[in-house]
Amino acid sequence: MNVNNIKQQPEEKPLLSVKNLNIEIQMDNAVLNAVDGVSFNIEKGKTLGLVGESGCGKSLTSRSIMSLNPKECETTGEILYNSTIDKKMNNVNIVDLDPTGKKVRSIRGKKISMIFQEPMTALSPLYTIGNQIMEAILLHRTKNKKEAKKIALEMLRKVGISDEEKRFDQYPHEFSGGMRQRVVIAMALSCNPELLIADEPTTALDVTIQAQVMELMKSLQYEFGMAILLVTHDLGVIAEMCDEVAVMYLGKVVEKASVREIFYNPKHPYTKGLIKSMPKLGSEKKRLEPIEGTVPLAINMRNKCGFYDRCSERIAGVCDVKAVPDTQLSADHSVRCFLYSEYGEEEKNA
Amino acid sequence: MLKYILRRIILVIPVLILVSVIVFFIIQLPPGDYVTHFAAEMAAQGETLTQEEMDELRATLNLDRHWFVQYLFWMKDILLHFDFGHSFNYDEPVTAVIDRYMALTLIVSFITMAFTYLVAIPIGIYSAVKHYSIGDYIASTIGFLGMATPNFLLAIILMYFSYVNFGDPLLGLFSSEYENAAWSWGKVWDLAKHMVIPIIVIGTASTAGLIRIMRGQLLDEINKPNVVTARSKGLSESRILFKYPTRAALNPIVSTFGWTLSNIFTGSTITAIVLNLPIQGPVMYNALLGQDMYLAGTWLLFMAILTVLGTLISDILLAWLDPKIRTEIKGG
Repeated sequence: MNVNNIKQQPEEKPLLSVKNLNIEIQMDNAVLNAVDGVSFNIEKGKTLGLVGESGCGKSLTSRSIMSLNPKECETTGEILYNSTIDKKMNNVNIVDLDPTGKKVRSIRGKKISMIFQEPMTALSPLYTIGNQIMEAILLHRTKNKKEAKKIALEMLRKVGISDEEKRFDQYPHEFSGGMRQRVVIAMALSCNPELLIADEPTTALDVTIQAQVMELMKSLQYEFGMAILLVTHDLGVIAEMCDEVAVMYLGKVVEKASVREIFYNPKHPYTKGLIKSMPKLGSEKKRLEPIEGTVPLAINMRNKCGFYDRCSERIAGVCDVKAVPDTQLSADHSVRCFLYSEYGEEEKNA
Repeated sequence: MLKYILRRIILVIPVLILVSVIVFFIIQLPPGDYVTHFAAEMAAQGETLTQEEMDELRATLNLDRHWFVQYLFWMKDILLHFDFGHSFNYDEPVTAVIDRYMALTLIVSFITMAFTYLVAIPIGIYSAVKHYSIGDYIASTIGFLGMATPNFLLAIILMYFSYVNFGDPLLGLFSSEYENAAWSWGKVWDLAKHMVIPIIVIGTASTAGLIRIMRGQLLDEINKPNVVTARSKGLSESRILFKYPTRAALNPIVSTFGWTLSNIFTGSTITAIVLNLPIQGPVMYNALLGQDMYLAGTWLLFMAILTVLGTLISDILLAWLDPKIRTEIKGG
C-alpha cells in the first residue's frame, strides 16, 4: 500500500449519503410523515433504484436531494453530498442549504440534475427547446452563446435527435412524447452532472419508447459516468437498470439490497408481494396476485408497521405496537421487519 | 403571419356589415323618433307642431321611409363621403361632434388603460408569489373594495376630498381659465391635475378585476412542472418567475384586451357625467336619450369596430406570444 492510496481514502465516501431523512407535512390537524427516517447511499457511477407505489414518498425523497420540495414540506435529517470533482463541495448537507440560495443553485443543474415524469409539461411551451437546453449551459458552463449552442447541439445529437440544427429552433409541441423526453435528458446532462435523478422517466411513455429511453440512459451513463437515482414503480425497469434497490413503503425504506437479492431473495412481505404482483412471461398462473388492501395515511404510524393491515405474515401484538427497527441481514441487504429481528430478545432486555 | 392577419381583416368586413345593420335596427326600434322628441320639446316651450309640420319634417329627414332604406342611405353616405349623418341635437355633422371629443377621450382612455395594466400586473404578480401573505390580503381587500364600490360614488368621494383639501373639486378636465385657452405648459399641468381623479375612478374597477385574473393565472402557472424544471437547472427565482409563469400568465390577459378596448370607452359614461368630463360617454348618453339616431348609431358602430379591432389585436398579440397558436396559423 503506498501513500497515494491512503490519500484517496476520503474519496471512498459515497457521492450522496442520505441519513435519517424526514419530511413532514402539516395537515389541518395532524402531521403527515411523508418521509420517515429514510437512509441510503448512492455510490459514484452506480444506479440506485427507489421503488414503491404512488404516494410512498419516493418523489419527495428524490426532490429533496435538490431541495425542490414545496415549502409546506418540513425537511430534517442529512443529505450529504461529496463531489468527486469539486473539492469545495465536500460533506455539503443539502437539507441545511437555503432552497433559493446561491450554493444550492450551483449544485442544481450542474452537479445534480433531474429528469421528470411528464416530458409534456416539464418543458415550457413558450420557448424553443434550444433556448431551454442552453439555459443551464449558459448558467454553468460558458457565457458564450455560440459555444453554448454548440454544446446544446452536441447533446441533442447524443440523445439521438437527428436534424438537430432544425430541431433546435422548434417548440416542444412539435416533438412527440419520446422525443421530448430525449430533450429533457439532453437538458439534464448538458452540464455533465455527477448525479442524475430520474423521477419516473418512462411512466408517461409508450412501452417501446420506454425501452429506448432506458437504453439511452444506460449508454449515456456509460459515457458520462454519472450516478443515477432511478425513481420508479416499475420493477421491470429496476431489474434492467439498477445496481442497488431501495424499496419504499409509506415513507420508509422497508428493504434495501442489491438488485439480485431483491429479485431472488426478497425478505420483506411487501417486497415479496410486489414481485408476485408483477406479470411474468411463460408463467403457469392465470391470475396475478395483488397486494390486498390500501395504503393507510402516514399519520401516527411511527409506532406501528405501516404494512401491518395488509401483511399476511403479521405478528399481532408486536408489529402494531412498536417502531420497526432496521435489520442488517448481510453486507448489502437490510430489511425493516420484525420477522427478521429478534423482537422476543428485545422484549426481555427492555 | 401576414397572410393570417390579412385573412382576419377580410373576415372582419362581413361582421361589421352585419353589426351595422343590427345597430341601425336597434337605434330606430324605440317608439317615436327625433321628430316626436322635438315636438315634445317644442310643446314644453309652449309651441305646438301640427301633424302636417311633423310629417313634413319627417319627409325632409327621410324618417318616413322603411328603416332599411334609411340604413342604405346612411351607409351610402358613410362609404362615399365619410358622412355619418346629421346630429339633430347638435345641429351639425356627426363627425364634427365626435371629432370635438375624440382627442380628450383618447387621452383619458389610454392613460387609464396604461394605469390599469401598470398597477394591476405587478400587484397581481406580487399577490401570487406571496399568496396568503399579509400583502396579498391587503391587495385583495383593496381590489375587492375597488371592484365593489360604484365608480360614481368613488368619484364623488374623491371630489369631496379634493375640495376639502385643495379647495377645488377638480371637476371637468380643465380649470375655467384654461378651458378655451391655447395649449401651453400651464394647460398641460392643469389637465394632468384634473386627470388624477378620473384615472383612479375609471382605473380601479378594471384594475381590481385584472389583479384577480393575473393572480389566479400566475398561481396556476407557478406550480407547473416546467417551473420545477427551470428551478432544477439552477436558475434564480426571479429569473424563473419572469421567464416562465409570468410570460405564460400574460396570455389570458392579452386575450381580454379585445373588450377592454371598447370597455374603456363606454365603461366610464356615468363617471364622466358625475365628473363632468368632456369625453364621448356623456355625448353618447345624451344622443340615446334625445333619439339623435345618427349620432347614437355612429357611436354604436364605432364601439363595434373597436371591439372587432381589439379582438383582432389580441389575436395577433396571442399569436406573437404563443408559439403553439403560431404553428396552427402557419399550418392552416
